[in-house]
Amino acid sequence: MKITFKLFASLEVHLPPEARSRHRIDLEVAPGATVADVIRHQGVPPGQCAIVLVDGVWVAASEWGSRVLSEGQALAIWPPVAGG
Amino acid sequence: MAWTKNVLRVNLEAGTCTTEPLNLQWAQDYLGQRGLATKYLVSEIDPKIDPFSPKNKLIFVTGPLTGTMAATGGRYSVVTKGPLTGAIACSNSGGYFGAEMKFAGWDMVIFEGASPKPVYLLINDGKAELVDASHLWGKTVWETEEIIKTQHQDPQIRVASIGRAGENRVLYAAIVNDLHRAAGRSGVGAVMGSKNLKAVAVRGTRTDAYHLADPEAFFAATEAGKKVLAANGVTGQGLPTYGTQVLMNVINELGALPTRNHRDVQFEGAHDISGEAMHEKRPTDGKANLVTNGACFGCTIACGRISRMDPGHFSVKDKPQYHGASGGVEYEAAWALGAANGVNDLEALTYANFLCNEDGFDPITFGATVGAAMELYEMGVLTEKEVGFKLPFGSTEAMVKLAELTAKGEGFGKIMGLGSKRLCTKYGHPELSMTVKSQEFPAYDGRALQGMGLAYATNNRGACHLRGYMVSPEVLGIPVKMEPQATEGKPAMLKAFQDLTAVVDSAGICLFTTFAWGLSDIQPQIQAACEGDWSEERLLLVGERIWNLEREFNLAAGFTAKDDNLPPRLMKEPAKTGPQKGAVSKLGVMLPEYYQLRGWTPEGVPTTETRKRLGV
Repeated sequence: MKITFKLFASLEVHLPPEARSRHRIDLEVAPGATVADVIRHQGVPPGQCAIVLVDGVWVAASEWGSRVLSEGQALAIWPPVAGG
Repeated sequence: MAWTKNVLRVNLEAGTCTTEPLNLQWAQDYLGQRGLATKYLVSEIDPKIDPFSPKNKLIFVTGPLTGTMAATGGRYSVVTKGPLTGAIACSNSGGYFGAEMKFAGWDMVIFEGASPKPVYLLINDGKAELVDASHLWGKTVWETEEIIKTQHQDPQIRVASIGRAGENRVLYAAIVNDLHRAAGRSGVGAVMGSKNLKAVAVRGTRTDAYHLADPEAFFAATEAGKKVLAANGVTGQGLPTYGTQVLMNVINELGALPTRNHRDVQFEGAHDISGEAMHEKRPTDGKANLVTNGACFGCTIACGRISRMDPGHFSVKDKPQYHGASGGVEYEAAWALGAANGVNDLEALTYANFLCNEDGFDPITFGATVGAAMELYEMGVLTEKEVGFKLPFGSTEAMVKLAELTAKGEGFGKIMGLGSKRLCTKYGHPELSMTVKSQEFPAYDGRALQGMGLAYATNNRGACHLRGYMVSPEVLGIPVKMEPQATEGKPAMLKAFQDLTAVVDSAGICLFTTFAWGLSDIQPQIQAACEGDWSEERLLLVGERIWNLEREFNLAAGFTAKDDNLPPRLMKEPAKTGPQKGAVSKLGVMLPEYYQLRGWTPEGVPTTETRKRLGV
C-alpha cells in the first residue's frame, strides 16, 4: 500500500535528494506496517524523531510500534524544534 | 545585588534628568523588568488616561540577570499604557541595548510628560542629557542609529529608536534597537512618538554597575544552565539552525495555521515561506534567503535570522539599500505577512519585514490587518477606489504596497496604521477583526489549539503568544503532551505557564530558554545573583503577583470579563480542513475554571483573599 512520507528540517537528508525540497515521497509499505517500521526502514534515527504526526495527529513514541498505518495516510516527522 | 539600584527619571516637559534609588522592597516583590516596571507604572499613572496623554509614562527597564553571564541575559522591556489596546503594554526586546543600559548603571529609565520638541536621551554611564533631535525627526530607525553613532564618534553606542511609524503614531509602532531587534507589540513606539522622544542612546562602560550576591555560585549556576541549553535538541540544534520559522510546516500539518484572516486553518503556500525554504537556493540567483543565524547579548542559542534578498525581486529591484544582509523573518512575521493574507512569496515577506524594522512597526499586527483589509475588499466593502489599488487575498504586490504606505504614513497606510479592530469597525464589520482587546492574534489558531485560545482570551496585553505559550504542550510535547482539542487540565497548565513566564520576563532572560530550562534551572541563577530568598515557590508567587497586578490595572482601565473573549469566527465557524476540522473554541468550558484557579470571582475580579495573599 502507498503512504506519504514527510521529513522536515534536518531530517530531510534521509529523503532522496530530488525529494528534499518538497520534503515528501510516496512510499510503498507492506500492509500492517507500523510507524516504527517505516522509521526503521527509512533509516531515520529514532532519537531524532521528536514530533511524529499521522495525518496531523500526534503519535507518542510509546505508540510507534503499535500504530498501524493505512493506505493513503501521511506520516510526517520533525527533529526537536520549537518556535514562538 | 544584581540590580544597579539606580533609576533615571526623565521629565521631558521640563527637560530634566534626575537620579533616584530603586525601590528595593518592590524589587523583592516584583524581581525586575516586566514586574518591577509594572509596579512603578501602576503606582504612578491613572489607568484611565489616554495612552497619548503626557500623563502616560514610558519605562525602559532591565532585569537582574540583564548584562550578566546568564545565557540570554540581554533582555529589556518597555512598559506603558498601550494605545492599541488601552491595556497594560509590556514589550520585550533582545539585542545589545539592555545590557548596555545596565553597564551604564541603570535598572530603569522612566520618561514622563512630553517634550515640546523632538529630543533623544543620551546616556553615558552616570551622565544623562536630553539632546535636540530635530535633525532626526522624519528619519528611519536605520538612519537614526547611524547618525547618532556618527555624530558622537562612537560605534559602540547602543540605540533604541522609533521610525516614522512611531512618529506618525501608528498604533502598533515598535521601538527598535540594534537595527532589527524590537519591543514590537502593543504600540509602545507610538507612545514614544507622542512624547516627541526619538531615541535612547546609551554607552555603558562601568565594571561596578552591579554586584552579584554570590559570584562563585552564579558562575556555577550559569555554566550549568548553558550546558543544559547546548545539550537540548531544541535550543542546541533546532533553533540555531532553523530559527522559529521551522514551525511553519509543523503548525500547517497540524491544521492550526490561521490563513486568510482566519477563514482557513491550513495554507497551501506554507512550504514556500517556511524555515526550510529559507535554506533553499533560489532559482533566480542561486542563493539562499538565509545568510546566517544571529545571537543577542549573552545568548548561547542564536535563533535570529539574517537574510539577504534576491536583488532582482520586484520589490527591491531599484533599491540597493535593501540588497545587504539584515534581519530576516521569524515565524510570527512570516505567518502574519504571508499566510494571514495568503501571500507565499518569501522575498516579499522579507522585504516587508525589513520595512517593519526600518520604520518600526509590528509585523504581526500589520500583517493581520492586511488580512482583514483583504477580506473586506473581497466582500466588496472596501473598494479599489478607497485603497488605491486592488486588494485580493494572495496579492503580493498589494501587501508590499501597504507596507510601504504604512511605513511612510501615506494614503491608505494611514488607515492601516490603526490596526484591524479600528479598520473593521470603520467599515461596519468589527467581527472580522481577529483580535483580543484590540490586539491581533499571532500565528496559532485558537480553535485548533484550545489552550492557545484560552491564553489569548485571558492575556493581559491582548492576543499574544508570549505570556502563556500553550503551543509547547499542545504541539511540541513540552513539558508533557496535551491533545489540541482537549480542555481538561489546560486552565491549570496555562496559569502555571503565565506565572512562570512573568518570572522569566522579569529576570532579564529570554523566554526561549524555557524550551530546555525548567524553574529548577532558572532559580539557582536568580538566587546567586540576587540577595534574599528566591526559592522556586517564592518565584512562582512573584509571577502570580505580577499577573494579578497587570489584571488590576486593566480592570481599573475599564476592562471586564467580557473582554476575555475571542472573535465570533473562532467561537462559531468550524475549522474547515485538516486534523482539527470541525473545531470551534471551547472557551466557555475553560474560562470559569481558569478564574477559579486564579482566585478570581466569576466576573474575573481577584477576590479580597487573593489580593491579600499576593499583596496586590
